[in-house]
Amino acid sequence: MNRIQIQTEPFDVTAIQNELRMNNPSVGAVVTFLGLMRDMNEGDRVSTMYLEHYPGMTEKALQEILDEADRRWDLLGVRVVHRVGELMPTDAIVLVAVASTHRGEAFRACEFVIDFLKTRAPFWKKERTGDGDRWVNARHSDSDAEKRWE
Amino acid sequence: MIKVLYFARLREELNTGSETMDTVPDLRSLIIDLRARGGRWADVFGDDQLIMMSVNQEMADPETSLADGDEVAFFPPVTGG
Repeated sequence: MNRIQIQTEPFDVTAIQNELRMNNPSVGAVVTFLGLMRDMNEGDRVSTMYLEHYPGMTEKALQEILDEADRRWDLLGVRVVHRVGELMPTDAIVLVAVASTHRGEAFRACEFVIDFLKTRAPFWKKERTGDGDRWVNARHSDSDAEKRWE
Repeated sequence: MIKVLYFARLREELNTGSETMDTVPDLRSLIIDLRARGGRWADVFGDDQLIMMSVNQEMADPETSLADGDEVAFFPPVTGG
């Protein structure tokens, strides 16, 4: 399985975690981040969401983030799966799973990857509310989160 | 020639997803040309607009130079994850 997958279909969290830990007895920790679609954003009820991306650049940007994570920590495996297209509340949007010998590196690397994905990977969310469709604005808190790693 | 792509809100506001343009020295020159089209183009590429850009699928800035055959993209700040 590729380290990076962009897909319209839902994904199986347990299967991905199993793949990271099976057949590798040196894995002592797998940390998984799951980003989910909420039914509320900025005070409005959201019924569906559409995720657009820049095919080609998305994979390239994520590859660079994973390469940097590999340079910073001693990791035994990483997976990023991001859905695109139509999504509903409670759907999983993104998964970042990191395997390492001890939990510390897996926790830090997992947070690093999602922080950089949020500010560097070319995805855009458009949400449907009672007032019509709107593009989601980038959050300052996301760029602040990225700066912590400098 | 260079290929220019627009994504998300920019694609909708400009009513186009891609086009081919004559090669110019750098992104700054390209932005000036796009702004000179006036109307929505002047708004989208206005000084007060927060726009991200890439060349050959790598993040770039107005100083990034361009060469024949490059793929340029303009898009709003990203909101994935």
